[in-house]
Amino acid sequence: MNRRQGLALALAGALLVAAPVFVGPYLLSVLIVFLVAAYLGQCWNIMMGFAGQLSIGHALYYGLGAYTAAALFAHFGTLPWLGVILGMAVAALVAASIAALSFRFAVTGVYFALLTIAFNEFTRILFEHFEWVGGTAGLFLHVAQINATDLVHLRGSPGMFYYLLLALSAGALWLSRALLRRRIGFYWLAIREDEPAAAALGIDTFWMKLAAVTLSGALTALGGGIVAFYDNNLYPDTIFATSRSVEIITAPIIGGMGTLFGPIVGAFLLTTMGEAMTDFGAEFGVPGLKQWLYGGALVAIVLLQPAGVWPWVRDRLGLGEGLR
Amino acid sequence: MPGWVNFVVAGLLTGAVYGLMALGLSVIFGVVRVVNFAHGEMMMLAMYGVILLQRWAGFDPLVSAPVVAAALFALGYALQRGLLNRFISRPEHEQFILMLGVAALLTSSMLMVFGPDAASIDTSYALDSYALGSLILDKVRVFAASGAILCMALLWAFFRLSRTGKAIRACADNPVGAAVAGLDVNRFYATAFGIGAACVAAAGTFLLLLVDVQPYLGADYTLLSFVIVIIGGLGSMPGALLGGVLVGVSEGLAAYFVAPSLKSLFSYGLLILVLLVRPQGLMGRRA
Repeated sequence: MNRRQGLALALAGALLVAAPVFVGPYLLSVLIVFLVAAYLGQCWNIMMGFAGQLSIGHALYYGLGAYTAAALFAHFGTLPWLGVILGMAVAALVAASIAALSFRFAVTGVYFALLTIAFNEFTRILFEHFEWVGGTAGLFLHVAQINATDLVHLRGSPGMFYYLLLALSAGALWLSRALLRRRIGFYWLAIREDEPAAAALGIDTFWMKLAAVTLSGALTALGGGIVAFYDNNLYPDTIFATSRSVEIITAPIIGGMGTLFGPIVGAFLLTTMGEAMTDFGAEFGVPGLKQWLYGGALVAIVLLQPAGVWPWVRDRLGLGEGLR
Repeated sequence: MPGWVNFVVAGLLTGAVYGLMALGLSVIFGVVRVVNFAHGEMMMLAMYGVILLQRWAGFDPLVSAPVVAAALFALGYALQRGLLNRFISRPEHEQFILMLGVAALLTSSMLMVFGPDAASIDTSYALDSYALGSLILDKVRVFAASGAILCMALLWAFFRLSRTGKAIRACADNPVGAAVAGLDVNRFYATAFGIGAACVAAAGTFLLLLVDVQPYLGADYTLLSFVIVIIGGLGSMPGALLGGVLVGVSEGLAAYFVAPSLKSLFSYGLLILVLLVRPQGLMGRRA
């Protein structure tokens, strides 16, 4: 990493760390939305950006993480972190099963993407009839200690969640970078570029793809579990919504799939513009502006800059190849 | 006669309309190899067209069917010509993303114009029914199914008998060979996309006799179309009808025996089963 790159990273990091001191509660909530989108995008990026396996059903893992942690907490008072870890385990198991079934039966490409949607929708309908977690009426967590900072019990102010999510996103960045430098990262890139060729070189594509899906699913569930304790309410038709799955994939696609910083840049652009659109729409009574922006952004990016915004910005700023 | 028979017959009739909707998707994927993630959204657009035609001109939906089908044909043709043709050789996921974007644009545009509330049409025959012994058939359902079957028959004749239909099949089977033989492949791709869009527009018109329309409806029907096409077998015309009828009947039975809100669960379950056990679909050929 050269000096210019180090400076850019340090500056961005310092801004993010200092932000809560300067912004009001509304902007802080927007920043939290941004961090959630960035982190979930990073998780999806491992599966699609690195290993080339398209999932349009990531809300499934998010929801499993959220519901496991929240339901255990609501019913048994289970320590939130324990619930979150169990949620990750559940999501990893489901992800591994879907991947094993699909890849064993040679379900790839379009069909794999559709299968992820099918499992997502299937689970949504199941949860709508799962009365133990509240069904369609939803599951609510007791809101308490809004001004406290209780990291152990995941109860606290939005500021605490901001720093928690910031740490999570930084962790995902570090993990992605580390993975890409290891053998498994190179295997994934080889599979993404040309799977038969990768198999011919002796890469065990089945297990490598399975690993990518499982890791991505478990990490997504971690995000879902933590956000559940920030939102404090869960409804199957919003948690498991296919539109949420599409939102999860939009940020990394806009920012740049397969890059390290793309999901973060994409999430920042989409969240800020989306919030502006929502405010504007509310002001003038026009619904659907935010979704219109998401759709327009997807079409525009695929037409104009399929590699994403981040590689383009990086080159304009002269940051070079080092910052992927 | 047991009560479920009425539900099965109603499911059969609804299933015919589902079949036509899925057939549109099957034509588009079978010929152009583009995954139309905006299929249900295109249908939703056509349904609003029918509603406008009734509000402004007092058209009966059955009269509107050819009008919206022609309009959607033009839209599909233009979409393929102007946008999608240049994506044919691009990676698959870029097509997905493009169509997901188009779908979101259609949904939100309709939301801006018509608002989130459900809209419906009025017909003089909405509550009439035919009675065959103790079997009761809703008039709207019979009309919708007859219309859908007529459209499918016309389409079958078109692909078997007309020169354009044969040319489109040639482009689907072997685009390079078709181009060598002097066919303008891109133009026939656009025609095929237009035909697929016209199918879903007609299906939307018939479906509007049975359900209300609202902007968020699109995504559900896109998924349902995929479910049906994959169950029946991509690119197979009888497969689309079979898949549609199976899904229609399973929805009817689920609504009767379990709970109406669980009906899609069975469709998705069927899809997962078919994808894993017989990925080419019930009537599909192994690729």
